[in-house]
Amino acid sequence: MMYDCYMVVGEEFKNVVRNGQVVGYQFGLRIPFYSSVVLSMVGNTELKVDGKTVPDEQMAVTLRGQTFPKPIFADEPEVKWEFGEIGIVTVDSPGGLQAGQHTIDVRQEVLIGFVEGGLFGHDTKTLVIK
Amino acid sequence: MTAAHSIKRGVSLYSFQDEYFHRKLSLEDIIAVTAKLDIPGIEIIGDQMIPGYPNLTDAFVKQWHGWMDKYGRTPVCLDMFLDWNQYKGRVMTFDERVASITKDIINANKLGCTVIRVIHDVQPEIMEKLAPTAEKYNVKLALEIHAPHHLDTELEQRLIETFERVQSPFIGFTIDMGIYTRRIPRVSMDRARREGVNPVILDYVDEAYNNHIDNQTIMETVVKMGATQFEMPWINQAAHNIYVDPRRMLDYMKWIYHFHAKFQEMLPDYTEYSIPYDEIIPVLIEGGFSGYLDSEYEGNRHIQDVYEVDSVEQVRRQQMMLKRLLGEA
Repeated sequence: MMYDCYMVVGEEFKNVVRNGQVVGYQFGLRIPFYSSVVLSMVGNTELKVDGKTVPDEQMAVTLRGQTFPKPIFADEPEVKWEFGEIGIVTVDSPGGLQAGQHTIDVRQEVLIGFVEGGLFGHDTKTLVIK
Repeated sequence: MTAAHSIKRGVSLYSFQDEYFHRKLSLEDIIAVTAKLDIPGIEIIGDQMIPGYPNLTDAFVKQWHGWMDKYGRTPVCLDMFLDWNQYKGRVMTFDERVASITKDIINANKLGCTVIRVIHDVQPEIMEKLAPTAEKYNVKLALEIHAPHHLDTELEQRLIETFERVQSPFIGFTIDMGIYTRRIPRVSMDRARREGVNPVILDYVDEAYNNHIDNQTIMETVVKMGATQFEMPWINQAAHNIYVDPRRMLDYMKWIYHFHAKFQEMLPDYTEYSIPYDEIIPVLIEGGFSGYLDSEYEGNRHIQDVYEVDSVEQVRRQQMMLKRLLGEA
């Protein structure tokens, strides 16, 4: 385990507005590994917000201006999530999150070939929607 | 008085990963630090600190050589990985693996490196197939022996058979000195404690390791002691070390091209807490090793939860120790 405590980046936590509507929320995420990882090797993202599991289908990650829905990660063997890069995770959720405190809990798998069973990192942060 | 030798000092930029991760230091800043610390050789992990790797742009290559000139450093080694599982639902074919590492060889040559740290999960047949390409680009392929492997584990003995048969000075080993871990690093023990692991279990692991109980037996006992699913990874991270006799290197020095001077904690007295460098460096000198010995700081990950990591100071201390043991200071 490494960089666990640096995975969830609270400075990026806010509701997402599109065409005047709150369509969901976002937070920053870094991969808990000492090197860049191609998206096809970014494994399961077990995301729980306020104790409730968020399904993959509701998640997308924006890296360097390009957005990738979580379910298609396995189809991207070339796109890199660079080492230490803050990816913006957006969750589709009409109405977004209420103002106040919320708990973001992420267990992130990393499918590193030379480590049998891969690696994982785990971070929990309590963040505030203003 | 230290015997004459031509061992050279370097540093793997892996050592500065914490500062780079936080973007406290850029790649150029890190190279500037190595010059300030008087470390001649540079080792870099392509996928770690070169955005877009393995696609090296001409602009980056030009900038890299510009930095090497500006700071007076020597590029030594490029570390690669083999992403054999990057394609959905299947593993890479033999030819795809060869093509992937060929790209790394060409990249190493572009960067002026004469060694590649080959990741452990590369088969002997692939090393053999790549020997002519390595020779063409003047890059030694040095497969890393890292704990829990050592010179006498099965894969390593198969590799030695291959090296002996092929007799190429372009395929051989990197040795990570973590295989000479005399006692469990206290930084990883302390971290496990902070994470709430049962101290009775940790005390057992410490004692068992010091009594040379093998890792498998230790982990089985820990399970019997009731280690939880949460505790297991932290226990494993602390226990996952080995100690073997450094003098075994003397039997295979011909095939050892590169070293990672791995360390978890350099003490204020310039010794490493768990690895007896004063016993290991003389073996390299005795064996006539003449390549690079690259500092590789790893303790950052064990302390980053409560301390501000100072990789620069840790590397400075280790280089001072290496200078002394190499007879430079």
